[in-house]
Amino acid sequence: MESQEADKNPVVQRLRQWDAEVVSEVIEFRGETTVVVPREQLQRVAAHLASEPFLYFAFLSDITTVDRFPIEPRFEVNYHLLSIARGDRLRLKVRLPGNDPTLPSVTSVWPTANWHERENYDLFGIRFEGHPDLRRILMPDDWEGYPLRKDYPVEGPR
Amino acid sequence: MTTTVETPTGAAQTMVLNMGPQHPSTHGVLRVILELNGEIVVKAEPIIGYLHTGIEKSCEAKTYSQVITLTDRIDYLAPLSNNLGYCLAVEKLLGLEAPKRAQYIRVLLTELTRIASHLVWVGTHAIDLGAMTVFLYTFREREEIMKIFEYVSGQRMMTSYFRVGGLALEPPPGFLDNVRRVIDALPGHIDEYEDLLTNNRIWLGRTKGVGIISGDDAIAMGCSGPMLRGSGVAYDVRKAFPYSSYEDFRFEVQTQTAGDCFARYQVRVAEIRESIKIVRQAMEKVAKMDGPIKTEAPGIIPPSREEMKTSIEGLIYHFKIYTEGFAPPPGEVYQVIESPRGELGFFVASDGSAKPYRVKVRAPSFVNLQSLPKLAVGRLIADVVACIGTTDIVLGEVDR
Repeated sequence: MESQEADKNPVVQRLRQWDAEVVSEVIEFRGETTVVVPREQLQRVAAHLASEPFLYFAFLSDITTVDRFPIEPRFEVNYHLLSIARGDRLRLKVRLPGNDPTLPSVTSVWPTANWHERENYDLFGIRFEGHPDLRRILMPDDWEGYPLRKDYPVEGPR
Repeated sequence: MTTTVETPTGAAQTMVLNMGPQHPSTHGVLRVILELNGEIVVKAEPIIGYLHTGIEKSCEAKTYSQVITLTDRIDYLAPLSNNLGYCLAVEKLLGLEAPKRAQYIRVLLTELTRIASHLVWVGTHAIDLGAMTVFLYTFREREEIMKIFEYVSGQRMMTSYFRVGGLALEPPPGFLDNVRRVIDALPGHIDEYEDLLTNNRIWLGRTKGVGIISGDDAIAMGCSGPMLRGSGVAYDVRKAFPYSSYEDFRFEVQTQTAGDCFARYQVRVAEIRESIKIVRQAMEKVAKMDGPIKTEAPGIIPPSREEMKTSIEGLIYHFKIYTEGFAPPPGEVYQVIESPRGELGFFVASDGSAKPYRVKVRAPSFVNLQSLPKLAVGRLIADVVACIGTTDIVLGEVDR
């Protein structure tokens, strides 16, 4: 849902001014702003958000995925950004189809993304292109399947 | 296994050493693969996952209230911080707020949790570096705080005392007197630990200048909590994004600029003293107040026992809440609190049903541990112990 409130958000305005193409949707819920970004634009947007002085989201707090199975696009990857200098938070969201869950790695922008991306790869099977060392992190190396996907049962045989 | 590497002084033989997963200084089951050139660490790689219990997956099969008991088990040294983070996230999803009195009691107890957690840290870290005595003292004081938790919630560790919309129970009579007794004794005890450690030459030798990380690196690596504040970045969620009425309390964000193990030690000791101040203020506020410990929201928050027994609506709500739970509106929230280890985040996504669609725990230990190679490389193997120690990891939280 696109609300007028979200349009007034200075971060969203700045992003739109910079490049209107990168904001495909803005969601405002309980005072949190989510900007939906096309996956081709993710790396550009990330670099811009992290370095542009007015935005300055230098701290990547978290990367997490939501599996909307069986709805397509199936995966939503959320990036929780924090600007310590400005005291502001922002969520970037990238939607990915179930048959091709790949997106560019942001480790070059935020080095902390390394383990977060490995975790999302491990538990959801999201492949981050350009990641320096994309291996399982929590599950054993020879584990089959991705446990946090919705078509993976909580208990019983797979 | 040996390999040959090029160093500034020529080719050198390195040895790969497996530290853990059963090493006592790793506080659980952390494995670090060290590549050594003599005693110098050339490469360090933490291997985690030995305690992975799939808590996030389990959350999806439970109702919103049942998940609270799982959050206790994430960071078992600070269960109340986890309870608080999760409850605040669900309250945000519902658009509710706990009553002021409940918020102050939450602050009081989470600050006690912080003190207890930092006490465990001081003790165990000292034992890692060879100072046995401090451990015995800090655990004595920690036990007193545990007794308060037991008195309030019936459990020393798996408290589950905070509930969505407030608290589980009215604190028992004499609660504040018990807290006061413990809190009044603490400053003297902390002076004792500082006498044993702060100017101790061995302690200084083992921690000063060891495991340095700069403020910019700490931000880039996503470090939070005492890790970040020890490197000179004054970021504390309690100040930056106040939750649970932290804006009503006076306290200072403790920072040090050196960014080494000693700075992190200083930050944590100073934080214990700050937390004592906050607990004192919270005690004052709670003593002066009267009021409910749960907010009123029919169909979401269980009705009082009297209402349940006397009114038909109360009985229906009680039955419905305990059989099918409550359903928040669809949406996603990310709630952050300052746990003893740093920025603890709960991402909760709802699809409008009575079970959370997705719960993600942004565990500060997990992220902080990632910078271990930055701290340890180039140092002696013995310093690795100090580096792991001052990162203050809880493996239950790292692996979830």
